[in-house]
Amino acid sequence: MSSPRPGSTDPAVVRNFCIIAHIDHGKSTLADRMLQHTGLVDARSMRAQYLDRMDIERERGITIKSQAVRLPYEAPDGKEYILNLIDTPGHVDFTYEVSRSLAACEGAVLLVDAAQGIEAQTLANLYLAMENDMEIIPVLNKIDLPAAQPEKYAAELAHIIGCDPADVLMVSAKTGVGVSELLERIIEKVPAPKGDASAPARALIFDSVYDTYRGVVTYVRVVDGRIGTRDKIEMMSLGTTHELLEVGVISPEPIPSEGLGVGEVGYLITGVKDVRQSRVGDTVTTALRGATESLGGYRDPLPMVFSGLYPLDGSDYPELRDALDKLKLNDAALTYEPETSLALGFGFRCGFLGLLHLEIVRERLEREFNLELISTAPNVVYRVITDAGKEITVTNPSEFPETKLSQIFEPVVRATVLLPSEFVGAVMELCQQRRGVLLGMDYLSEDRVELRYTLPLAEIVFDFFDQLKSRTRGYASLDYEPTGEQEADLVKVDILLHGEAVDAFSAVVHRDKSQAYGVLIVQKLKELIPRQQYEVPIQAAIGARIITRETVRAVRKDVLAKCYGGDISRKRKLLEKQKEGKKRMKMVGSVEVPQEAFIAVLSTSESSSKK
Amino acid sequence: MTNQDHTPFSLYIHIPFCASICGYCDFNTYTAQQLGGGISQDSFHELLIRELEIASRTLEAPAVSTVFIGGGTPTLIGSDSLTQILRGIEKYFPMNPDVEITTEANPDSVNAQMLTELRQGGFNRISFGMQSVAPAVLATLQRTHTAGASAQAATWAREAGFEHVNLDLIYGTPGETDSDVRDSVNVCIDAGADHVAAYSLIVEPGTAMARAVNSGVLPPPDDDACADRHNIIDTMLQRAGFNWYEVSNWAKPGGQSAHNQVYWSSANWWGVGPGAHSHVNGRRWVNHKHPATYAKAMENIAMENIAMENIAMEKGEALHSDTEELTPEQIHVEKVMLALRTRAGLPVGELDNQELSRAKEFARQGVIDPVEFASGVVRVTDSERLLADRVIRELLG
Repeated sequence: MSSPRPGSTDPAVVRNFCIIAHIDHGKSTLADRMLQHTGLVDARSMRAQYLDRMDIERERGITIKSQAVRLPYEAPDGKEYILNLIDTPGHVDFTYEVSRSLAACEGAVLLVDAAQGIEAQTLANLYLAMENDMEIIPVLNKIDLPAAQPEKYAAELAHIIGCDPADVLMVSAKTGVGVSELLERIIEKVPAPKGDASAPARALIFDSVYDTYRGVVTYVRVVDGRIGTRDKIEMMSLGTTHELLEVGVISPEPIPSEGLGVGEVGYLITGVKDVRQSRVGDTVTTALRGATESLGGYRDPLPMVFSGLYPLDGSDYPELRDALDKLKLNDAALTYEPETSLALGFGFRCGFLGLLHLEIVRERLEREFNLELISTAPNVVYRVITDAGKEITVTNPSEFPETKLSQIFEPVVRATVLLPSEFVGAVMELCQQRRGVLLGMDYLSEDRVELRYTLPLAEIVFDFFDQLKSRTRGYASLDYEPTGEQEADLVKVDILLHGEAVDAFSAVVHRDKSQAYGVLIVQKLKELIPRQQYEVPIQAAIGARIITRETVRAVRKDVLAKCYGGDISRKRKLLEKQKEGKKRMKMVGSVEVPQEAFIAVLSTSESSSKK
Repeated sequence: MTNQDHTPFSLYIHIPFCASICGYCDFNTYTAQQLGGGISQDSFHELLIRELEIASRTLEAPAVSTVFIGGGTPTLIGSDSLTQILRGIEKYFPMNPDVEITTEANPDSVNAQMLTELRQGGFNRISFGMQSVAPAVLATLQRTHTAGASAQAATWAREAGFEHVNLDLIYGTPGETDSDVRDSVNVCIDAGADHVAAYSLIVEPGTAMARAVNSGVLPPPDDDACADRHNIIDTMLQRAGFNWYEVSNWAKPGGQSAHNQVYWSSANWWGVGPGAHSHVNGRRWVNHKHPATYAKAMENIAMENIAMENIAMEKGEALHSDTEELTPEQIHVEKVMLALRTRAGLPVGELDNQELSRAKEFARQGVIDPVEFASGVVRVTDSERLLADRVIRELLG
């Protein structure tokens, strides 16, 4: 019996599902096991994390871009089914992309580590799936681990989704135990897609990937009608039309087909070279007799976090520009504009979805393009209304206007923290310090708590995750989503060297914290700036008002004690070396600042988002 | 190769032995235990005399204006061996009539009789590593002598007839106070030394002291304290009749070390012994560092060249671990770098046009002495003395 062909598959045998899981809870391993169980990939050609493509994904064990794989499966009842596993990106910065992946499915496997329980991001994605009325299949993974507590976490999951603990499946993706039961459960529980085969075609884009050889590969889920190889397609939000070069499914390698029908999941290739031409969340229809109404839910990606990226070596600027141009092809959310800093030279002000996004871009620039970069401390976008009623959007703290402001708005997020109950006090204290407003608190089980806060995004960007991890010994997990903006009493703190403001060090902070911030940076700089010919005052200022000051005293001794026989050539070589070292100094006004000082100061406020 | 006409010629002789290694010291020196059995301290001077012969035959025996035996602890090999080295020099080189002959000594490795023997053997200048009179400072420096030993040794030296006695001081040692420094300077003055070399402590990489500083056991020397102490030393010595003549050197009239000036005037000298540096006519080289390696190389050369009247420079290269031929620019850099450290300064004529215009600006700012500049000498003013390296860097551009 041959499996149904793409393009002519009865929707009744199709099951579209995704796996909602936290990093390290075994999603990729489970996906690997499913590939083997359905016979799609044999043991010999299996490699770990088959579906993760980027090096960074494999190394960090996270999925940045999603993928979809078509698994033909002969069920024990003898019927042939088509399972479409739609992989979802697993990080807080990509919530919108997750929501689009979920929208392409009827069901979700909720995969939770039996030794750790559910994490905040998983919970957030689970809520998203439940809001979409998706069928949830709760699964505990890693039941073979000695530390597994299946009963405890089954009860937790049952409590959250409102099912019987007995319905929670026990799986070990590593050994394969429970995987066939899971496949059976998917067929039984996940509804078959419903759609109107005779209606104009409508397909949801849930991912869009740039491939060097093929151009943009667009992943879609067909809702109504059919998309065939000979169709010309239209991107409904952009109104652009493209010839189709290829239609197909991933199973598990790309296989061209003659089309995709109702409920099917596959890819389209049009020859466009930029993922901005094929946007996640957009609806694809046919150019001829196309749909008039899109599937809805499309949103432009909006950068939330900004940072200036500068080449360490100024002459690398053209390389950095080319590299960003290339990354952009595969990253619809990345924005950048040329920017000049008095201190750092020529660079780019870049916009990111969040901290992880920033870090991934930075890492790719350094790794794939061999660039050495300095990045300024990440900041958020401020909306400022002047006394004259003029509205200004500030993406670079050094451009924050200083006077005559009537209102300042900053972005806020709704944050969810899951943590063992013993750390509740410590985490509430942290959130309070970070200007958080408690929205609610729930016990998920006896010793696990969900805290919900409204927090300024700027506070999360500033070191929040590291603090959270250290206060909970790594046991807390965090998720957040943008929920709008709030008015706040914010000020720009400038750092002055010898009376001159250093643009790269300017920051926008809450007035109550401006003093502490100024002291922190000024002291750090005092340690890092070598003594110079003249006394160098280091000051922090709000407008014209100096809030803290330190002094690097003038150097009093700069001479080698001994200069005899062998010292002479040593000393001459040292002179030559010092000449080179001077080149690594940046002149800020009349002050020589070592590059290391820039890096160290800018990274004090840079939070690590390795999760 | 011959020593260029009218260039003073000097000899430096290195004795690479010490009874124990001080924590701050990175000189090329070894204890008997470190050397094991391979090298005999008793006959080591014979190897040095062989190198003297090679030097003489390579350079066609120029007249010697100064001799300096350093270490290590030269006095560890005894007055007899040291005197024999001197006889070796006289055998292979003509000596200038006013030749200055110095040996270094540790205060606790000499006695009155030994000093008399050295003086009678021909030495006319002696330099003691006194460092400090503060017991705590001596302990931190891991010096083996007592606070009183240095004054005693200097007195013995005067009594033995040494015209010139130098005492070395180290200041800026962690734990040292300003008053420790004053005490040490007073002892130098009272002991009748006519020369004082005072060095701010340098924590040299690879030394026991560097390890202690890196691990936080010892605080690093404080530059401001060092600057203060330099000024204390300078004031006290000037008051006692000493004149400052180089970053770390003071002397009574007639007491300046002629050998030091050889280094600072880019004159010629041959360094004899393991790890010794030489400079002859714009070529610098350094001998193999380890006594055993040095000894082996020496044997080979001596065997090959035993019958030859004159030895080509290249033949000596087996003895060297590194050689550099200085470019005219490097020679210029060294000249500026060394001269600006001294009271004598640098003739204005040595500067190129760019340097000259920078020097004018320095003279205007008072960084170099405007009066002397007008009369043709570039000299860093006394108040900028401790910033001489900056002046040198900026003047050279």
